[in-house]
Amino acid sequence: MTAFEAAGLTRSYQLEGVTVDALRGVDLTIGDGEFAAIIGPSGSGKSTLMHLLGCLDRPTSGVLKVGGVDVSTLDDTQLAELRNRMIGFVFQSFHLLARTSALDNVALPLVYRGVAKAERRAKAREALTAVGLAHRLDHRPSQMSGGEQQRVAIARALVGDPQVVLADEPTGNLDTRNGDEVMGLLERLNADQGVAIVLVTHEPEVAVRARRQIHVRDGLIERDVA
Amino acid sequence: MALEALRVNRLRSALTMLGVIIGVSAVVILVAIGTGAKDAIEDEISGLGSNIILVVPGQLNFQAAPTQSRLDLADVAYVRRVVGDPGQVTVSVQSGESMRVGRNEAFVTIVGTDENIPNVFDRPLKRGRYLTESDIDTRRRVAVLGSEVSGQLFGDLDPVGRQATIAGVRFRVVGVYDKVGATFGVARDREVHIPVTTAQRLLGVQRVNGIAIGASGPDVIDSLGKKVVDALVARYPGEKFSAVTQTQLLGTIGTVLGMLTGVLAAIAGISLLVGGVGVSNIMLVSVRERTKEIGLRKALGARQRDVLGQFLIEAVLLTTIGGLIGIALGVGGSLLIEALSPVPASITLWSILLAFGVSVVVGVFFGVAPARRAGRLDPVVALRSE
Ligand SMILES: Nc1ncnc2c1ncn2[C@@H]1O[C@H](COP(=O)(O)OP(=O)(O)OP(=O)(O)O)[C@@H](O)[C@H]1O
Ligand SMILES: [Mg+2]
Repeated sequence: MTAFEAAGLTRSYQLEGVTVDALRGVDLTIGDGEFAAIIGPSGSGKSTLMHLLGCLDRPTSGVLKVGGVDVSTLDDTQLAELRNRMIGFVFQSFHLLARTSALDNVALPLVYRGVAKAERRAKAREALTAVGLAHRLDHRPSQMSGGEQQRVAIARALVGDPQVVLADEPTGNLDTRNGDEVMGLLERLNADQGVAIVLVTHEPEVAVRARRQIHVRDGLIERDVA
Repeated sequence: MALEALRVNRLRSALTMLGVIIGVSAVVILVAIGTGAKDAIEDEISGLGSNIILVVPGQLNFQAAPTQSRLDLADVAYVRRVVGDPGQVTVSVQSGESMRVGRNEAFVTIVGTDENIPNVFDRPLKRGRYLTESDIDTRRRVAVLGSEVSGQLFGDLDPVGRQATIAGVRFRVVGVYDKVGATFGVARDREVHIPVTTAQRLLGVQRVNGIAIGASGPDVIDSLGKKVVDALVARYPGEKFSAVTQTQLLGTIGTVLGMLTGVLAAIAGISLLVGGVGVSNIMLVSVRERTKEIGLRKALGARQRDVLGQFLIEAVLLTTIGGLIGIALGVGGSLLIEALSPVPASITLWSILLAFGVSVVVGVFFGVAPARRAGRLDPVVALRSE
C-alpha cells in the first residue's frame, strides 16, 4: 500500500488577476511507513504540497490518491473524515487551543470521530505519556515551554492512530535541544509504530535524519534522494 | 465547550447578552403592566354592578364628542313605562360645582338623580338616608355626599343634618355614602347626589345626561337595552340612542387594552431584535478572531456541520442565558413595580414563555449567518492566517 500517490499535481492561486503557480506538476509516491523530508527555498511550494497531501486543499489539476483513494471523488465531509482517520498534523507554530488543557487538546481529533469522553481522555493520556508529558495533563499551552507544546501537538497527531503524520517545519520555532527531542519522537513513532512521516524543513541537519530527501524548487521536484 | 468559549470573553459575552436581557425583561414587565391595568379596569367595571344598562343620546363612539342630550324628564317617564318596572330606572344630570361649608371648599360633581339609585347601583350608605320620592317631587334642597366630599368639608364631624352651599344655594345634608373608589377615572367618592328636579333648576337646564336601568338578570340585558333604544327612536324618529352594557364596556376596553399590551410587547420585541443583531455582530467578530482555531479543527477532522454547530450553540447559549437573566429581571421588576408603585402589574406565563422562546429563536436566527461563515471557512486559508 502507498500512503500518497500524486501525478501531475498543480496548484495555482489567483492573486489580483495574476496567476501564481505554486506547484507546477508534481509526481510523487510515498509508501507506507516511509520517513521523508521535503526541503527547498522559501516560496518553493513546500507548504502548498503539504496542504494538498493533507487533504486540506484540492489540486488545480492532477491526481492525488491518499491510501489508494482518489481524493477528487470525495466531498468535503468525506475529506474531513479522511483527515481525521488517516492523517496527523504537526505545525510550526503548534496550533494548540489556548485556555484548553493539554489533555483536551490531544483528545480533540477523537471528538470529531464521535468517541465517548471517558475513552477520549484515556487515549489522550496514553498519547501524552508516550511523548513524555504524563505530568502535564492539566497544563494549558501558556503554562508550557515551546518544546512541550510541540510534544503535545505530536501527541494530538498520533492519538487517532493515523497512517501518516505531516509535519510542516515542526522544529522551526524550537531551539536545537527541543528540536532534537521532537525529531527523536517522530523517529520513534516511525520506527516503533510504522507511521509514515513527511516533514518540511529548512534545516539540513534535520533533513538528513529522514531516510529520503525530496528537494522542491519553483513548484517542481528537483531532486529525490533516498 | 461552548460555555467555555463564552466564559473566556466574559465581559464581551455579558455586553452582548445585555441587549437580549433588556429586551426580554422589557417584554415581561410591559406585558405585566398591560395585563395588570386590564385586570384592574375590568375589576372596576364589574364593581359597578353587572346588570346595568346606561341609555345615552347619540352613538356610543370613542372617537366622537358626546352628543348634546335631548332627553328630559318626560322621556324618563316614557322609558319607565317602556321598562315596566319604574323603580329600576334612574337618571342623571351632572355638573362640576364648588361646594362650601364655612371656610371649607371642595370641587365636587353634582349629580341630579332620584330615589332609585340604590335599586340600580350598588351604593351603600354610611349615614342618614337616600334621596326620596318626595325630595324629588318637592324639589327639596337636600344632598347625599360621597365619602371624600364628606371628609373634605366636615372632617370627622357627622354631616347629616348640617348645611352646605352649592353654587351659592343652601342645601341640607341628609346622607353620606360609603367609600366606593374610582371607576374609569370617575371619582365617585367626590359625587354629591341631589334631587334631579333641584339640579335642573340649579343648573338652569331641562335635559338629563343619561338614564340608567337595572335589568332583572344578565339574560335580559341585551333585549331590554334594545327595547328601550327602539322605543326612544320611535319617539324621536331619525335620532340615535345607545344602550351601553357592562359586557360591551368590558369587551371594548379589553380590546383596547389588549391592543395596547400587544403594542408594548412589540416595541419591547424590537429591542430583542436589536439584541439579536448585537449577537450576530459579536459572533462574526468571534469567527474572525478564531479563524485559526477553525482551520485547526477542520484539519483535525471537524466537518462543516461540526463547526457550524459549535458556533450556533454558542450564539443560542448567549441569547438563552440572556433570556433567562432577562426573565428573572422582568419578574423581579414587575413584582417591584406592583409592590412599590400604584401601577398594577400582573405577570403572565405566556409573556415569559414567549420572551424565552423568542430569545432562543433570535439566537438561532442571528447565529446562523456567522456560524455558516465559520463552517465554510477554507481550512488552508484559516491555518495560514496569522
Ligand atoms: N493563498 C495564496 N494566494 C496566493 N498565493 C499563495 C497563496 N498561498 C501560497 N501562495 C504562493 O505560493 C507559493 C508557495 O507558497 P508556500 O507557502 O507553499 O511556500 P513554502 O515553500 O512553504 O515557503 P516557506 O518555506 O516560506 O514556508 C508562494 O509564492 C506563495 O506566495
Ligand atoms: Mg511553508
